[in-house]
Amino acid sequence: MNATINATVNATERSRRSDFEAIAARVEPGASVLDLGCGDGLLLDYLKQQRAVRGYGVEIDDANVLDCVKNGINVIQSDLERGLAGFDAGSFDYVILSQTLQAMRHTEAIVMEMLRVGRQGIVTFPNFGYWEARLQIMAGRMPVSKALPYQWYDTPNVHLCTIHDFEAFCSTHGIRILERVVLTDGRPVTFIPNLFGSLAVFRFEKLK
Amino acid sequence: MMRGCTGFCILDIMNTAAKQGSVGAVKAQKLRFDAPLAFRGGGVLDQYELAYETYGTLNAAKSNAVLVCHALNASHHVAGWYEDQPDNIGWWDNMIGPGKPLDTNRFFVVGVNNLGGCFGSTGPASINPATGKAYGSGFPVVTVEDWVVAQARLADKLGIARFAAVMGGSLGAMQALQWTLSYPDRVANAVVIAVAPKLSAQNIAFNEVARQAITTDPDFHGGDFYQHAVLPKRGLRLARMIGHITYLSDDAMMEKFGRTLKSGSIQYHFGVDFEVESYLRYQGDKFAEYFDANTYLLITRALDYFDPALATGGDLSRAMAVARAKFFVASFTSDWRFAPERAREIVKALLDNRADVSYAEIDAPHGHDAFLLDDARYHALVRAWFDNIHASLNAR
Repeated sequence: MNATINATVNATERSRRSDFEAIAARVEPGASVLDLGCGDGLLLDYLKQQRAVRGYGVEIDDANVLDCVKNGINVIQSDLERGLAGFDAGSFDYVILSQTLQAMRHTEAIVMEMLRVGRQGIVTFPNFGYWEARLQIMAGRMPVSKALPYQWYDTPNVHLCTIHDFEAFCSTHGIRILERVVLTDGRPVTFIPNLFGSLAVFRFEKLK
Repeated sequence: MMRGCTGFCILDIMNTAAKQGSVGAVKAQKLRFDAPLAFRGGGVLDQYELAYETYGTLNAAKSNAVLVCHALNASHHVAGWYEDQPDNIGWWDNMIGPGKPLDTNRFFVVGVNNLGGCFGSTGPASINPATGKAYGSGFPVVTVEDWVVAQARLADKLGIARFAAVMGGSLGAMQALQWTLSYPDRVANAVVIAVAPKLSAQNIAFNEVARQAITTDPDFHGGDFYQHAVLPKRGLRLARMIGHITYLSDDAMMEKFGRTLKSGSIQYHFGVDFEVESYLRYQGDKFAEYFDANTYLLITRALDYFDPALATGGDLSRAMAVARAKFFVASFTSDWRFAPERAREIVKALLDNRADVSYAEIDAPHGHDAFLLDDARYHALVRAWFDNIHASLNAR
């Protein structure tokens, strides 16, 4: 039992780690970063150490805010669903939304807010087009996996999308994609990424 | 961790219980200052005294001092009790003590009664050596900036070059904020709770009603009631009642009192019918017994005038640019006196300066007074903040 839990925790940690690394690789050293839905602040901690960023997290959950404070991370308690009114236009180099896009209700609004406040946006999300998910749906069930570890009735994910969905979203919303990386178990996927990639990382900016 | 239970077990448990509790019996102290203090709004005090209390031990490096600033009606008596008044418990005793969020086993905590106060520091009721009479109406109009200067002089005398933190709620938080501007190099952390960067027109309006209640009391005598051996108690009582309404949320009041009737049925008169009336009258009466009317005027005026952005044409971000401290800012959702939006103005100014700041918006139903209450989430955050300060002091 414990071994199973540990294996799950390790797998979650590994996927988290690869998410962190993928983001850090896309952030200029010394940049200013706003991390939306920053959780316990460990991504910002990682970016501070690896990229010497000046970072702030935005988080709504009380327990996460406390964890951020414990981890020595600057955190602003705020509800992303109400936008980023407390942040000036163009006030950050990067605004990051790591593994949170799919759990947002006002998805369009937050992506536009990211590009108002940040020079560039970085999002990461679980690719719903990943073969495992497709297979489970073909088998007649909602997908449950490492990347999507929830049952249909308790999932916080309300706006799941595929890589192609997000690209289509960008093209209809005046967003230029600067970089796209697709990963499975931390390794880049180049062959039919919408089928073989479990994690998508996009860096983008507003079309001038 | 379980340990083998020896004969000392009970003593250990008792000891732990005491350590988790209060700082215990404390003594107020006084220091006299002979260097004149010129007030921002005019007027000078050639000499003055400050009443203060300290808890815990100042370390050899003198790096673990925390200044706790008080709000409207509080004092230097922040924690513990007095030997001869065991019921007189410090106003922030739930926050400060051994094992508490601000742990006096780790930090040297200083509480000070502000100038113009009525709990031991030189104030309007003190005797003006120049006249041999109470200062009364002649006491200088004091500002938050003046208080901070006086507090810094106290710190000098205590040998504290730099505070590990300056902390306060409400008006106390304004002082903590002012510390980061007046003495940016003398404060490592600012813990500012239930705060606004300046009062709104509505805030000032409430203060004005309170002051009018006092100054129109026939016993006020233009502030020089001491000579007439009377106290403007009716005015003070009203002032306190008005203030008290603003400290509580509508929901908290409804929950506490509802429309409960004192006698069980409506009496069709103008005496006390509702519980809330009884409560306000009681609070007002109690307050008028111990608080000085001139102090009330001075303190509400200090609140009104506080506006660090005044010098920068209303630009709070520019005003905050000199601050070097790390900030912890907290607000309470039901606080309509200093609503979360007001605290976020400060947070934004700090963000604009890329200052270190964390901000918590605590979902508490009690209104402005929530900062004095024992809310688990709020206390856990303050505790974590001071844990980090403690860790950083030891890492040096």
